[in-house]
Amino acid sequence: MTKTADNINPHIYEKGSEREITSSERDEDLQDEFDDREIFDLIRNINDPEHPLTLEELRVVEEKNIIVNNDDSTVLVNFTPTIPHCSMATLIGLSIRVQLLRALPSRFKVTVQVSEGSHASEHAVNKQLADKERVAAALENNNLLQIINQCIAV
Amino acid sequence: MFKLELIQNLAGHKGIVWNVSWHPLGKYFASCGEDKTIKLWSKYGQDWAIKTVLVDGHQRTIREVAWSPCGNFLASASFDATTAIWDKKSGEFQCNATLEGHENEVKSVAWSPSGHLLATCGRDKSVWVWEVAGEDEYECEAVLNAHNQDVKKVAWHPSLDILASASYDNTVKLYQEDPVDNDWTCVATLHSHESTVWSLAFDKTGERLATCSDDRTVKIWKEYKPDNQEGVVVTDREAVWKCICTLSGFHTRCIYDIAWCHKTDLIATACGDDIIRIFKESEDSDPNAPTFELLCTKKNAHSQDVNCVAWNPSGNQELLSCSDDGEIKIWKFTEA
Repeated sequence: MTKTADNINPHIYEKGSEREITSSERDEDLQDEFDDREIFDLIRNINDPEHPLTLEELRVVEEKNIIVNNDDSTVLVNFTPTIPHCSMATLIGLSIRVQLLRALPSRFKVTVQVSEGSHASEHAVNKQLADKERVAAALENNNLLQIINQCIAV
Repeated sequence: MFKLELIQNLAGHKGIVWNVSWHPLGKYFASCGEDKTIKLWSKYGQDWAIKTVLVDGHQRTIREVAWSPCGNFLASASFDATTAIWDKKSGEFQCNATLEGHENEVKSVAWSPSGHLLATCGRDKSVWVWEVAGEDEYECEAVLNAHNQDVKKVAWHPSLDILASASYDNTVKLYQEDPVDNDWTCVATLHSHESTVWSLAFDKTGERLATCSDDRTVKIWKEYKPDNQEGVVVTDREAVWKCICTLSGFHTRCIYDIAWCHKTDLIATACGDDIIRIFKESEDSDPNAPTFELLCTKKNAHSQDVNCVAWNPSGNQELLSCSDDGEIKIWKFTEA
């Protein structure tokens, strides 16, 4: 039996343009800090678990909802489920978190949350995503890990 | 001025190191983590090094290890839903008993002060009390379903068979066996934290409890027995526990562990901001509204979250810590 998607007809948005690489970024001698756009580029192509679309195309992730602080080594990502009762919210959050854990230097403290007011169980989802012990245990579950890897695979 | 001086940095685990546990005599310790191994560390001359590695006991992350008070047994709690009991009756450390019953991840294990009881807890929201029934035999005495979310930590009173547990449901609960019908029941629920309570530690008297939480605070609780001199109202002839102090504004992220030394009274905390902090009660402190001083802040104690802190039980002011960064560190707390 195939489960019907929570939101069978989501609004699809156009993809943004690719990042333009500036000459200073090509300069190997310049220190190049992480910025919001770079974090966005790492997560914009994550696949939605229910649709053949990326999180960018569904506007689940947007550059304006990402805050990077290089001095404090923190990254905050707010994501917006397409509907307030989306049962996939935790899985989407986990995919974003795993992608950033794999891609960023380990000094970064990554916080992934649903955007304020965008989900019925906002507090419960955020608490679960913030609990690193639960995240660690979830990533030892091979079935779940396979699903996450499929979401992250470009 | 006080400081934490690094004695040695111990690498050996692969991935997250979740827990370290001193042997009761303080001459060696055990560590465990994501790599599913338990390592026993000992001092060779001036240097600490791995003495033994215990493998094949668990299929998944080992979350916590605990020595029995006699020092002959080591218990390990794992995400694989089991708790293993190791001993070296045969000369080498071997797993001679496995406690099964939790539905999924076991997150903490603790021996009672007498060594006759063992407690475990886990994601299935339950706390189990096990009795040491004979050689390599453990019987379940009680399954306590008082929490309504996963249970992160269990710890025993230092001298009595009173058990405490900390949970994702933001509360701490205390349990005792009813002498009339021998049933274990929850005798107190401690409400005040605003997020997951990750760990807890009794002081040496057992009349105070320190708890730490994702809400970035440490709380100190005090037991008021029936007919207490302070006039705190106690109903049902059970003691009540009151929060008598909240340490807020010190920690900037989730606090994963707290250790209260029974020899020196020093409190150490392990925090997600990579910092180890040391607190002590002020000398002129009011016992019913105590004040605690921050004696030392060790920034960048590790390069990632600090998961666990443990004072050497001998009282020599040595502190162990371990981290997501895969390392274990031994510190010495000194007056500079």
